[in-house]
Amino acid sequence: MNIKEVVDIIGGKLICGESMINTEIERGFASDLMSDVLTLDSDNVLLITGLANLQAIRTAEMSDISCIVFARNKKITKEMMELAKENNIILIECASSVFKTAGKLYKAGIKPVF
Amino acid sequence: MHFEYNIEGGDFSKAGFASSQLKKVLKQLITDHKVVKRTVVALYEAEVNVVAHAYLGVVIIDIDTDKIKIQINDKGPGIEDISKAMEEGFSTASEKVREMGFGAGMGLSNIKNNSDDFKITSEVGVGTKLEIIAYLKTI
Repeated sequence: MNIKEVVDIIGGKLICGESMINTEIERGFASDLMSDVLTLDSDNVLLITGLANLQAIRTAEMSDISCIVFARNKKITKEMMELAKENNIILIECASSVFKTAGKLYKAGIKPVF
Repeated sequence: MHFEYNIEGGDFSKAGFASSQLKKVLKQLITDHKVVKRTVVALYEAEVNVVAHAYLGVVIIDIDTDKIKIQINDKGPGIEDISKAMEEGFSTASEKVREMGFGAGMGLSNIKNNSDDFKITSEVGVGTKLEIIAYLKTI
């Protein structure tokens, strides 16, 4: 599934990474604990989180995560956007809860990491 | 190659700067992206630890043909019981650290799991020293 489809399915708003809209996503992971995200060794992972700060972007950078969905209506700051752009990370805002967002993507075929 | 970076305790906006710089360098040098990821994840967790617990720290990186050696030395409260600190789930992190998405007692074990060689020494009231080594396959 590509990013454009992800945005449509969750009713999200693409904030950063328009040029990467065709990036393919295979698996999803949901967590507000970045140490848990840092234990993953899968590729093409989409992260769903309610943690809207710079560390979420840094964590994605270190873990080779190409796309973060900020659920629960969390807002992406200018600093987060700048860091994401620098590292080619796609950022999406979404008004739904983490549970609902993850449920929709799971139903649409995104696989869990484990 | 030799690099050094300073880390300021409490400054979460810069946590990850050294790891980010290292990642850019390693991506140019190493084709095995798993090695790059393991190494930068280990350093990132270590940086977060310094920001979360210490007053200041220094990251010293030496990249050789056969290995990457990273030392993280901090001035801070030190760790009283290292084996306890290594246990998954044990944490003395503040509420502020938890709000940043860390502080669940996974940092040190994450660092150990992502390094080939891991050493930790600490002196209470002085600081903590970590040494992380990633061995590179020579062609």
